[in-house]
Amino acid sequence: MNNVVGTNIIRFILLLLLQVIICNHINFFGYINPYIYIIFIFLFPIKDSRLILLLVSFLLGMLVDMFSDSGGVHAAAAVCLAYARPILLKTSFGMSYEHHSIKFSTTEIGSLLTYITFGTLVHHFILFTFEIFNISNILLILKKTLFSSIFTVILSLLIIILFSRNRK
Amino acid sequence: MQQIFNFVIKNKTFLLFLLLFSIALTLTIQSHSYHRSKFINSANGLTGGVYGTFNTVGQYFNLRDENAILVEENKHLREQLLNPISNKDSSYIGSDFSKGKYRIITAQVYKNSYSVTNNYLTLNKGKNDSIKEDFGVITSKGILGIISNTSKNYATVLSILNKKSSINAMLKSTDHIGSLKWNGDSPHYVQLDDVSKFAPVKIGDTIITGGQSTIFPKGIGVGTIDSFDTDISGDTYIIQVKLFNDMTNIGAVYIIENLDRLEIKTLENSTNE
Repeated sequence: MNNVVGTNIIRFILLLLLQVIICNHINFFGYINPYIYIIFIFLFPIKDSRLILLLVSFLLGMLVDMFSDSGGVHAAAAVCLAYARPILLKTSFGMSYEHHSIKFSTTEIGSLLTYITFGTLVHHFILFTFEIFNISNILLILKKTLFSSIFTVILSLLIIILFSRNRK
Repeated sequence: MQQIFNFVIKNKTFLLFLLLFSIALTLTIQSHSYHRSKFINSANGLTGGVYGTFNTVGQYFNLRDENAILVEENKHLREQLLNPISNKDSSYIGSDFSKGKYRIITAQVYKNSYSVTNNYLTLNKGKNDSIKEDFGVITSKGILGIISNTSKNYATVLSILNKKSSINAMLKSTDHIGSLKWNGDSPHYVQLDDVSKFAPVKIGDTIITGGQSTIFPKGIGVGTIDSFDTDISGDTYIIQVKLFNDMTNIGAVYIIENLDRLEIKTLENSTNE
């Protein structure tokens, strides 16, 4: 148990630093940035309480907001993603995810990809909607969501596969 | 009563979600509607310290560019020194400085952003260096923004690439004024709105700061006119201005304090009453 808590704390800090120091400054084609800190929310232990996940996600989003002077947009998007996570798990890993307690390191790539893609799309759409905060710019929101999502999904998948132990 | 408790316990996840989400939403709305975000900004010890630590590493990668910019600026200053009469046609900081109206503080950019719609920069100088809110920030090439929040050792700058930014600027050739805004598109272009239809606007003309506010001195370079169009009513021009500054690559900056600011402000306030 202690091991799991420790891993998650280290993951929290590492992803936060990686996000604010490197990923916020990539600016691919001028505006495309990956938001890889959501890997933390994806990989959070399933058995643990959803309340803790919500609180921790809020804290993570708030810290990213603080570093990037963006009000509360990352916090809002992260909390939404954390709340929607059970639905995402159900759609991508099947109804029985609760009984089997999936290990992300041993699941199929296909299910993992579905899970991350839908999660990223939800998160990014909320993020950019609040960031731009103007419904008449819906095309800009969708454009940013699409391109940033592609970038985030590829990076997240690579990071998860690279750092997961026990993969054969 | 029992039922209320039961309801709360049954829906505790949803209620917590609602609570956290509304906090985030409030902060978002607050950051969109006010000039300064009061609680969440990067002018604090934690964020400043982290950016500072990694900036000392990152600095080395830009040394070549920084040197080139300094040489360019030295050349410019030397030219002004040797040709004192011709400094009228340079877009550089005006001769106002010799009268001692302005104090200049140098600073380093710790965080730069230009890809979102409300951009802020973080600098490594703060209240300890007597930096206050509403000081102007420029680089050797042109204007950058206005100080929006300060802490002990750090300050955030409301960039000109921010939808909340509005700065007084004018055409260099004719003194027609307008307000400088950003539409959120390209970090290399800003828009000059509300320029009178009678102004002789030409592509390639220079735009400088207007000196009508107490923040920037008159005559600091902004950019050149790239294209222009009349607005919907047809009474004013909207001018696309190509910035002198490359906003994506900024290292050393100058903070400008107008020493007469308090005097001007009190005068204006007493006139308004």
